[in-house]
Amino acid sequence: MNKEITQNGLWTNNVALVQLLGLCPLLAVTSTTINGVGLGLATMVTLICSNTMVSLIRGFIRSEVRLPVFVLIIACVVTVIELLMKAFFYDLFLVLGIFIPLIVTNCAIIGRAEGFASRNPVGASALDGFMMGLGFLGVLALLGAMREVIGSGTLLANADLMFGESAKALTITFNEDYAGFLLAILPPGAFFGLAILIAAKNAMDIKIKNKIVLVDATLEAKTA
Amino acid sequence: MNKKQILISGVFLWVFAVVGTSFVAVTENTTRTKIKDNERLVLLRNLNALLPAEQLDNDIVNDTVAVPASALLGTQADTIVYRARLLGKPMAAIFNSIAPNGYSGKIHLLVGVFADGSVAGVRAVKHSETPGLGDAIETQKSDWIFSFNDRSLSSPVPSNWLVKKDGGDFDQFTGATITPRAIVLAVKNTLLYYQQNADSIF
Repeated sequence: MNKEITQNGLWTNNVALVQLLGLCPLLAVTSTTINGVGLGLATMVTLICSNTMVSLIRGFIRSEVRLPVFVLIIACVVTVIELLMKAFFYDLFLVLGIFIPLIVTNCAIIGRAEGFASRNPVGASALDGFMMGLGFLGVLALLGAMREVIGSGTLLANADLMFGESAKALTITFNEDYAGFLLAILPPGAFFGLAILIAAKNAMDIKIKNKIVLVDATLEAKTA
Repeated sequence: MNKKQILISGVFLWVFAVVGTSFVAVTENTTRTKIKDNERLVLLRNLNALLPAEQLDNDIVNDTVAVPASALLGTQADTIVYRARLLGKPMAAIFNSIAPNGYSGKIHLLVGVFADGSVAGVRAVKHSETPGLGDAIETQKSDWIFSFNDRSLSSPVPSNWLVKKDGGDFDQFTGATITPRAIVLAVKNTLLYYQQNADSIF
């Protein structure tokens, strides 16, 4: 069961690459790796909290009011995260600020509440939230890294916004004179980047499937 | 569904609304001072970038005066002007100016003006100019915005407060003329505003 949840969240049913949910923040913030990671972490924490709470109340929730209650829970969690971020990561908040409230509208979160947490035990729901969030975070970070490297020739720029002053050293600049590739940073670059990632995932899936078929065929040949 | 069940659902929803709201309220309450501090620190950092700390000894964040909306400042409502003093003597005023005609809408600026009417510094605090082109107005992207330092309405004379393309003294940057043009005009207008209203500010 746990293995299945993990596999679903990270790969088979990945929020960004398969379900294609939460694309608005995904496409908007991924111009740098750090922005992507920041929003990814916020979304992941929201997913874990909302899944856990929904699962806790699943026994006595009345089905006719369950959706408003889920929305209420998600909205509260996001507001609290926004306040905490303002209090402890203010510089990062200045960058991601307008996208944090948008997490409320990320269909992936209510989707997991309704589709998984409302009918599974607390532990499994929390794990599902973590894995779905991690899958989303991974795509955000990867897309951010791609766009940052191609678009501005750096990696992990502004890491100090998230990890403090000492993280300035994490920034990698590949070429000081790189003029930048504007398209990658502008919104179309986000669509191209996401398309490439989805295509790559599908190609890998086909490859894996072919391998399994091949193995099955050899096994059959041997037994015959 | 009978009345009783509707009532139970309503109460259920009500309980959740109360619990959720109190959760948010408690967090808001505990983080409020910390958030206020953060906002103040960022403001102070922005102001100090325009004016080195040794040039003032007053509490600049709270030593402010509200000025009415003005076409020269590009503002449509009262805005705050921060005043820097050293030993009680006026040193500089920092304006929240708006360049209304950026490439993608308004560009919000902080313009520091020394008491003698020369520019202490300019920073773009909020804008939506094109990344990679118009955003060279940010200090992280280029040094362009520093070209205003120590300029005044006598250097260059007001008629030369234009980008080079328009026959003035200020560089534009490759591929983007509209953004620098908007900012040059906004800084010039802020200096004009100061010239006309210096008495009411200090």
